Amino acid sequence: MSEPILTLTGVHADIDQYHILHGIELQVPRGELTVLLGRNGAGKSTTLRTIMGLTKVPRGSVTFNGKEITSWSTSRIARAGIAFVPENMGIFGQLTVRENLVLAGTHGPLDQSRLDWLFDLFPPLKKFWDRPAGNLSGGQKQMLAIARAMVEPRDLLLVDEPTKGLAPAIIDDLATAFEELKAREVSILLVEQNFSFSRRLGQTVAVMNDGQVVHSGTMAELAQDSTLQQDLLGLGLGAHQ
Amino acid sequence: MSQANPSVGPWALWRDRLLKLQSDKPHLVLLGLMLFLAFLAMDPATWFVLTISGMAMGTMLFLMASGMTLTFGLMSVLNLAHGAFISLGAFVGAVMLTGALGVYTVSPSLGWNLLAILPALFAAMAVAGVVGWLFEVIVIKPVYGDHLKQILVTVGGSIVLIQLIEVTWGANEIPVPRPGALRGAFVIEDWVPLIGGLVMEKFRMVALLLGLTVYGLMLWVIDRTRLGILVRAGVENREMVEIQGYRIGLLFLGVFIAGSALAGLGGAMWGMYREIITAHMGEELMISVIVIIILGGLGSIRGCFYGALLVGLINLYIGYIEPRLAAVATVGLMVGVLMWRPQGLIPVIKV
Amino acid sequence: MLQSILSGDLPRSRVLSVALIAILIALALGPFLFPGTRAFATLGMICVFIIVVAAYDLMLGYTHIVSFAHTMFFGIGAYGVALGIGHFGSGFGAIFIGILGALLLSAALALLLGLLSLRVKAIFFALVTLAVAFAFLSVVTQMYHITGGEDGLRVRVPRELGPAFRPLDSVTGFDLFGFLGVLFTQPWNLVDGFRDAFFTVRFTGRTLMYYALFLFAGVIFLFLLRLVNSPFGRVLQAIRENEFRAQALGYRTVLYRTAVVILSALLTTFAGALFALFNRYVNPENTLNFELMIFILLMCVLGGMGTLYGAIIGAVVFVVAQNYLQDVLGALSEAVNVGGFVGSLIEPSHWLLWFGLLFVASVYFFPSGIVGQLRIWARRREVQQAVAERQAESSARERLT
Repeated sequence: MSEPILTLTGVHADIDQYHILHGIELQVPRGELTVLLGRNGAGKSTTLRTIMGLTKVPRGSVTFNGKEITSWSTSRIARAGIAFVPENMGIFGQLTVRENLVLAGTHGPLDQSRLDWLFDLFPPLKKFWDRPAGNLSGGQKQMLAIARAMVEPRDLLLVDEPTKGLAPAIIDDLATAFEELKAREVSILLVEQNFSFSRRLGQTVAVMNDGQVVHSGTMAELAQDSTLQQDLLGLGLGAHQ
Repeated sequence: MSQANPSVGPWALWRDRLLKLQSDKPHLVLLGLMLFLAFLAMDPATWFVLTISGMAMGTMLFLMASGMTLTFGLMSVLNLAHGAFISLGAFVGAVMLTGALGVYTVSPSLGWNLLAILPALFAAMAVAGVVGWLFEVIVIKPVYGDHLKQILVTVGGSIVLIQLIEVTWGANEIPVPRPGALRGAFVIEDWVPLIGGLVMEKFRMVALLLGLTVYGLMLWVIDRTRLGILVRAGVENREMVEIQGYRIGLLFLGVFIAGSALAGLGGAMWGMYREIITAHMGEELMISVIVIIILGGLGSIRGCFYGALLVGLINLYIGYIEPRLAAVATVGLMVGVLMWRPQGLIPVIKV
Repeated sequence: MLQSILSGDLPRSRVLSVALIAILIALALGPFLFPGTRAFATLGMICVFIIVVAAYDLMLGYTHIVSFAHTMFFGIGAYGVALGIGHFGSGFGAIFIGILGALLLSAALALLLGLLSLRVKAIFFALVTLAVAFAFLSVVTQMYHITGGEDGLRVRVPRELGPAFRPLDSVTGFDLFGFLGVLFTQPWNLVDGFRDAFFTVRFTGRTLMYYALFLFAGVIFLFLLRLVNSPFGRVLQAIRENEFRAQALGYRTVLYRTAVVILSALLTTFAGALFALFNRYVNPENTLNFELMIFILLMCVLGGMGTLYGAIIGAVVFVVAQNYLQDVLGALSEAVNVGGFVGSLIEPSHWLLWFGLLFVASVYFFPSGIVGQLRIWARRREVQQAVAERQAESSARERLT
């Protein structure tokens, strides 16, 4: 296996006076889809925000593509090739779908063939091209959010709970899209509570509890080992099954 | 009939339309209402002159207010020193008009005048922009995200800037020559139907034209260019703009400089309009500026424009009827609008 | 005893205690220590601003409400008394009517502002108050047949409060600064200097007015100190820290905020009335100007927001600086005697420039103001002492074992 694209070593993080992350150890393999599991409040979202430089890191280090990015600014991390879809999707509701995507293309005009590929993945984007993104439905917004992260080739994609609050049919569409991305060997770190969704997509898996990674391995291993699953489901995955 | 089924009666239909209009386009409703009420209160010729003058005043105020509304919208920075940049622009403009370019200013030919006016306006913008740059980096940057401290340091910074203006150009008011070709008024003979003959001050027409041009330009930038998309996106969610890889600090600095430059431009225009300036003129204008950005909805360029028109018009209309009540009417307008729509007429952000 | 007078809110810093005691003595014996009308006016203004700034701090420091309408209430009080006397003659009844009317008007306006603050967010509120205060200033300036416009009004105070009333003859005072000046510059003339320092105090109705002012300032200050240390004050601080949480705990935060705005307005109105009686002349510039509003803000921040003692320190530092910084700059520019831009930078008339710089710097480097900073230092020293003691203790224990 080649060197991981992203490595977190002993990362701590605080939000206000609360100590959220207690020494995260995490590796995201290149070209694979890694799922980060864990119950609410385990620190999954904070981990993603910390990688993006949105939460300060008092101790520990984050390495991306062999470069130490721990103290970089958010915009610099983004320009280095990490795309982030936050939990609330962060769509610009006052901007049109087109403008949302134009803004995401930091290297100039959008590439038409890539755009066509995104339209294939997410047909509603084409349909509502010149409408304000604020008028889209929840699922369409999620599509836009992911499309925005993919409108230019990026090395790593961080996605925070894309299935949250979506109807099953739309979750299925999203899964198809993620499979397409996997086929293109995009490295993805996906935070997810929906276990069937993550079982379908995940290649590697890491489980968090109380600000630490308590288990990591392959998804196949976790999917087959029912005792292990039981242990980890006992951490709170059960609620979603 | 209409009582039996209120939703289909013609009155109800109109009422529904009106309700929809007042919730969708409150700025147009208010503007229309004001024009209409003023029209009832005075004779048509006066009304016409006052309306044009009010709009001219409004567009000058828009130049001054637009920068402040954008800096607030983008970074939620409240710059109470904005007025000092208005004064600064006015002084730089005045110095240019009276100093080396003075000969062009007094000439009655518009062509020669432009040789003085354009450099004066440009210098006002440049100086205000550069000082704005320093001001952002030195004074404002350390207090991002803390409104109370922003209010304090910008008030303090405003005192310092105004004192520096006084140190440089003296504490007394200085007269500003109005360029030769822009003195006096257009006289229209009384062939215009309904209105009759009227007299329009030339400078106000020029101010109106310039204001509308800048507004058009700004709308174009905001609506059509990538920079505009970026600004609008930043007003909505600045963290997400950073996540896309843009340096929001740089963007903000740019907007701040542009806003200061526009304040300088507005100040220079205002100086020529009033023909007399003091270091404190910006502070006095800040009241109108504040009312405008509250009326329009903080962060909204369109709202700012309509707010400026409303303030300009109410100043002229009320000033015509009872000059002493102009300031009260302006503030009353603001309080009324706030009671009706607390976020302003065209809100873009959830403050 | 002291605990209960100060409501348990002690200065908590030795330097601060000393400064406060010095200020108290200086204000209490002021007319007998500092000769001259300018010093007398300075003393009076300090007392006025202690009330105004303490009341402002109740909003700004304790509740984080930024209002720019404070001078409006000050002006209402000042003009209330001036108009009351103007209409009903120079009697205490007229003063009473004037103050009562002013308080009613202030209460009504403050209630309106308080209600408006329900509709808009804090940052809007600051801007709205600024605009309202400006509108009020413009009304006062324009209604010259009532208010005298820019020229303002003279306040013909009752004889008992005026300069013509001489309740005491030939009281002796001691010129403290004159004596200190001699002490430091010509110590060999100490005996003469000591003798020369005695002067005759003109004890008039104005002196009586000053002591009334001093008394009111003291009482109001102690009242505010009690208030902020009462359960009411605790709720205010809870609202300041986290309005949502305070709401969730069941406090009607709106009620509290409105009450603070009204109370602060009423106290300021009263201070305005006292100012009119002391100064005997009111105009828009000395009661309603935006510059005055900024001065109040400066005093509050400089002294230390959220520490009522800061109002005393801020008022003293500012008023003294306002009155004497110009002298210092004047002496400086004479001594340096450079022309041009640099020379005009240190011209006495540009004292505000230096004050502005000082203000901005103090917001950056001492955001908690003079009092806050003194308390931080005192606290740090205590902690250091405690740590040193503990270390000494543990090393002693180690030696034993």
